[in-house]
Amino acid sequence: MIAETGLAALWLTAGLAAYQLVLMLLALRFDLPVSRSIRAVAVVQGLLSLLAFAALLLVFARSDMSVALVFANSHSDKPFIYKIAGAWGNHEGSMLMWVTILAISGALLALFSRKLSERTLIAALGSQAVLALGFYAFLLIASNPFDRLFPAPPNGQGLNPLLQDPGLAFHPPTLYLGYVGLSVAFSLAVGALLTGEVDGRLARAMRPWVLGAWVLLTLGITAGSYWAYYELGWGGYWFWDPVENASLMPWLAATALLHSINVLAARGALKAWTMMLAVIAFSMSMVGTFLVRSGILTSVHSFAIDPERGTFLLALLTIYVGAAFALFAWRGATLKEGAPFELVSRETGLVINNLLLSVILGIVFVGTLYPLFVEAVSGEKMSVGGPYFNAVAGPLALVLAVLVGVGPLLGWRRERRPVLRVLRVPALLAVTAFVITIILSASISLLVRFGFAAAAFLAASSILPLVRRNPLRTPLATWGMVVAHFGIAVALVGMAANAAFTSERLAVVQLGETVKVGPWLVQLEDVTPTAGQNWTATEAQLRASRGSGPISLKPQTRYFTDPVTETNEAAIDTFWNGQLYTVLGKADPSGGWQVRLWWKPFVTLIWVGGFLIAFGGALALGGRLWRMRTRGPAAASWRRERYA
Amino acid sequence: MKPKNQRLVLVAAAIVAVLLAVLLAMWGLRDRASYFYTPADIAIGKAADGQAIRLGGMVEAGSIVHQSDGVTIRFRMTDGQATTSVLYRGIVPDLFREGSGAVAEGRMQSGTFVADTILAKHDERYMPPELGNLSAEHKVGKTLEK
Repeated sequence: MIAETGLAALWLTAGLAAYQLVLMLLALRFDLPVSRSIRAVAVVQGLLSLLAFAALLLVFARSDMSVALVFANSHSDKPFIYKIAGAWGNHEGSMLMWVTILAISGALLALFSRKLSERTLIAALGSQAVLALGFYAFLLIASNPFDRLFPAPPNGQGLNPLLQDPGLAFHPPTLYLGYVGLSVAFSLAVGALLTGEVDGRLARAMRPWVLGAWVLLTLGITAGSYWAYYELGWGGYWFWDPVENASLMPWLAATALLHSINVLAARGALKAWTMMLAVIAFSMSMVGTFLVRSGILTSVHSFAIDPERGTFLLALLTIYVGAAFALFAWRGATLKEGAPFELVSRETGLVINNLLLSVILGIVFVGTLYPLFVEAVSGEKMSVGGPYFNAVAGPLALVLAVLVGVGPLLGWRRERRPVLRVLRVPALLAVTAFVITIILSASISLLVRFGFAAAAFLAASSILPLVRRNPLRTPLATWGMVVAHFGIAVALVGMAANAAFTSERLAVVQLGETVKVGPWLVQLEDVTPTAGQNWTATEAQLRASRGSGPISLKPQTRYFTDPVTETNEAAIDTFWNGQLYTVLGKADPSGGWQVRLWWKPFVTLIWVGGFLIAFGGALALGGRLWRMRTRGPAAASWRRERYA
Repeated sequence: MKPKNQRLVLVAAAIVAVLLAVLLAMWGLRDRASYFYTPADIAIGKAADGQAIRLGGMVEAGSIVHQSDGVTIRFRMTDGQATTSVLYRGIVPDLFREGSGAVAEGRMQSGTFVADTILAKHDERYMPPELGNLSAEHKVGKTLEK
């Protein structure tokens, strides 16, 4: 019954989305007063899709094996949390979650948007309905999550053990919230292009959505990176896997949008460009969804290898992106440009930021899709990985990191003060950092040395906007910017330190033997069998010491039966100055065990930085929402923003 | 600057940025993309020494030899038509076995493929798509899946 309720809710909400679209067309074409009803429809549509998703969660929680999806992705003796997480650890469930978030975003937009003109809001809700409609159709036609099996099998096939991890419970939902939150920016842009009302008001209405989505994307990417780091047991934090790129591309576009939207909100400039970015950001989310969900990639993330679904998703993607760009081409040129600015100004800084981010986005985009293109054209199979992305995008990212420190010091419209003078301290620090890397080691690559220098420069210059200001009277948005920019410097130090100073040891170790990695002496004390709820494991007891008292680490190799799989569970211990990372390998015929050890100085800063970036975004979001509440829409004019 | 001129400058800058991205990408892809080859491709000399490539095939039964340091292995990869000898130092992935499929990343060095990374299927139901229809075993696996 539960599954049928879910399916019924899905059909109903699809019908409502269609109705929402009709209402929008009536409003725009014949000026019918539909604003109350379209808001109500959007809210009910969101609630119904939530009901469908809740039904899916329920069948997974009850391990109802008569539902095909549960049978294929769950098992009755899985821990409860992974039964729930199993609901979105598969193709159909994750698509249902995607469209549920989409519908709820639409509902929230309908409920809480007070600043927009009614026409633009109606047009945006219509666009949101079109998006939802396509994905409802996809679910109902090509990926029904509620298909039944008859007779019901006694037990399920289990969930990929790599995905049985607390990280999985939060990583995909967070990323999805980010991906789909951008749909609102997309719809608002489409709505504003339709009505021609591209102005500061629109930007201020769009900004919280972009900020929120961007914060969640940042968190999702950071969490995903840490998940890959400890779960895969390879000691790396970013593999330039196409699926990782699929989340990076919307993030890059959203980052650019986040900055250009400030120009639009404060100065009314960069109208067309900002609308373009809003369209691109969500398009990248859809490209990411297509790449991941069509099964076109080799990855832990790709569940479906089914050409029908791939074609369906590609068709949706083409229609939406194509239509949005066509609309942009049609209406974009009619937009009036806003206030002009001079060459040395905050606006120029933000334009350069946007251009660099766009170039990096282009490089990642081409690198990610090139293998698919080559295979389609010539049949040759290839892959593009770290060597390409690091060499081509890396230097540009460093240039951007340096400019991040400079931009916020410039005033809007024109800057006549001698800004370069205050940058003497950061510049000095950068040179010092560079020299220190030369003294410390001769074998560090140039890019990494520049990484340290750029991080030092950015760390110092990012806090300059707070100098000689009353911290209590500084707006939260400014605090957010400073924290986020400082976070980039922190993450950069982590990446550079990881590249420069990691020590690795791979050896066969006998019981009782001690090996050295970095400053650590690691002794293999024992290897014993152990077991968990749905796995058995071989566990090593390692004793590590460096001068002070020893610590114990227990890396495991786990064996799962449903489905039959082994996974490595790395044991990681975190210290203020780095992480000791240990992996247990296979038994050696000599009676010893393969052990892989890493000492990674300051590697944790990568994720601390990622978290700071997200936290900065959250601060800014909090500040913007607070200001909207307390002062109302009219007061948040560009005059106030000018000094923010 | 007049708003109209300013817009022209911005449009020009955007076009330059797009061109720059494409040019940089093309330049980078020329020698940094790695092709996927099977042992048969290696046999006819498709891969130059030192060029980063990916090699895919089945691990030949009985071919894995452990070296004396305990962490280096030598094995042969086959696609049914030819075999390539592979040298790998590291912990092999969880489901790396004789007679099952694997993909190795690395480069050819005087007739031996020196692997940096070995990827095996994640679980019994997963197979790198590159290995497509390499083996009968795979086809059986596929049918079971359905």
